[in-house]
Amino acid sequence: MLAMNYRGPLRVRASQKPMPQIEHPQDAIVRVTRSCICGSDLHLYNGSVPDTRVGMTFGHEFTGIVEEVGSEVTKIKVGDHVLVPFNIACGECVFCKQEMYGNCHESNPQATAVGGIFGYSHTAGGYNGGQAEYARVPYANVGPTVIPEGMDPDDAVLLTDVVPTGYQAAEMGGIQKGDTVVVFGAGPVGIMAAKCSWLFGAGRVIIIDQVDYRLEFARNYAQCEAYNFNEIGDPVVFMKKTTDWMGADVCIDAVGAEAAGNAMQTITGRKLLLQAGSATALHWAINSVKKGGIVSIVGVYGPTDNLVPIGNVLNKGITIRANQASVKRLLPRLIEHVQNGVLNPKALITHRIPLEEVSDAYRIFSAKLDNCIKPVLISPSAGM
Amino acid sequence: MENITNDYSHIKGWGIDADPKNDPTYPMKKRNNGEHMGYSWTRPTLQPETVEVLHSIERPNVTAVFGTSTPPSGLSGMIRRLAFKKSENDYGHWLPLILADRINVVEGIIEDLRSGIVPNIFAEKGMKAEWKHNRSGVIRQMAVTAIIAYGFVAFYRAKKRRDRGY
Ligand SMILES: [Zn+2]
Ligand SMILES: [Zn+2]
Repeated sequence: MLAMNYRGPLRVRASQKPMPQIEHPQDAIVRVTRSCICGSDLHLYNGSVPDTRVGMTFGHEFTGIVEEVGSEVTKIKVGDHVLVPFNIACGECVFCKQEMYGNCHESNPQATAVGGIFGYSHTAGGYNGGQAEYARVPYANVGPTVIPEGMDPDDAVLLTDVVPTGYQAAEMGGIQKGDTVVVFGAGPVGIMAAKCSWLFGAGRVIIIDQVDYRLEFARNYAQCEAYNFNEIGDPVVFMKKTTDWMGADVCIDAVGAEAAGNAMQTITGRKLLLQAGSATALHWAINSVKKGGIVSIVGVYGPTDNLVPIGNVLNKGITIRANQASVKRLLPRLIEHVQNGVLNPKALITHRIPLEEVSDAYRIFSAKLDNCIKPVLISPSAGM
Repeated sequence: MENITNDYSHIKGWGIDADPKNDPTYPMKKRNNGEHMGYSWTRPTLQPETVEVLHSIERPNVTAVFGTSTPPSGLSGMIRRLAFKKSENDYGHWLPLILADRINVVEGIIEDLRSGIVPNIFAEKGMKAEWKHNRSGVIRQMAVTAIIAYGFVAFYRAKKRRDRGY
């Protein structure tokens, strides 16, 4: 089968790989119908996630048709069209029982700090992902969800990560009616976080980025204020000024380790790898939030070493909340929102690119070429 | 303070998920006594270990299910095995993994050549797309590279001449 194949930093190609097999009685094999490239794939693409091995297939946002199921699979059957949450979760461990599906303790042997994620290095379990014609889906009784009748697969594929992650970012912000919410990062997740902030009753939603076309997109899609940090001077001072010198009630970091905007962070984090990526967006979030405010982090950071202004967290009495989205927990509510037209995820998709052209797709997305917001890869066997 | 209008009628679904007790909603509200009982849940069926799986020393075993995408191999694999003797809390775990990743890239090229594939690095980097959508950027980059290269050549030529005492 054809699959995306990682060859090293900034080098990927589509090549022939063996078909995935049932390796556990709760496995399913799906024929992939849609798979997206995600902003967090760029951390892998740039070579900044440790234990990203050459030959791996990325892709944690996909939908597919069930081709084969293991002997213990009861919740889905051959022929079902399913959306597959990016977290691999057993449903049995103490964390799954708390609905923390992003923190499963039975899906990632290589690290305890993060659960298993499709196509996300060995640090997240060593699973091949969905940027392929076929994918192995473990714990098929837990994650995969049959796409509701009448739902567009383009909407469904964004329910695997972007929508729940954006929604949970807003939820973790503990937004109260009338709150001012600032989202750092106008990528798909940041845009969705801004959009969802309104659902929690935000009074004002602001998004900060440095790419004008993304800001324009966010302004239209999420009906929020959007500012280019290259034009507003120090973004922290700007946020203070525009909130009557108080700071925002809630700040959301939807950027993570690839952040631009601060030379020191760029050099130590992204060039010299002295810390696990640049923490610029997190600095801005901590320093722009009101005293007693909440910082919600969904941007992906690498393991263990980051230079975080923890002194300001203490002095300002900030609550920090962060997690991988618990997709399965949120799905019922979000499916409802999509069906009622409250959320329109597929509007984020700007590019449809054949899997064969995966190298170009990564370049277009990572270099922000051609006004790309969200690319979806279509495999030759998608059949739709 | 800027004027905050209280009319959100243009935003579909405004406030429908508002919850005054959303502070913090999750995961605290779902906590139970399970986590006080340690590693005691009924484990799912165990996946047979048909490939070498490294596991964090912060857990006693391999998880019930794991990925089998690319087992450790070669020099990079040896480094990875050593890295997994250190905890996730230790630089001695993460830094060797990053080093192993870099070595693995070279191993990948060797493996390609061995199987008769000459990796088309230009294509793998998606330069076709860059050329299509950002031609001026590519040209600028090439020009800068050429100027720097010319500078080096000119400098060393001049140096040679100086050394010969012209
Ligand atoms: Zn994603
Ligand atoms: Zn679990």
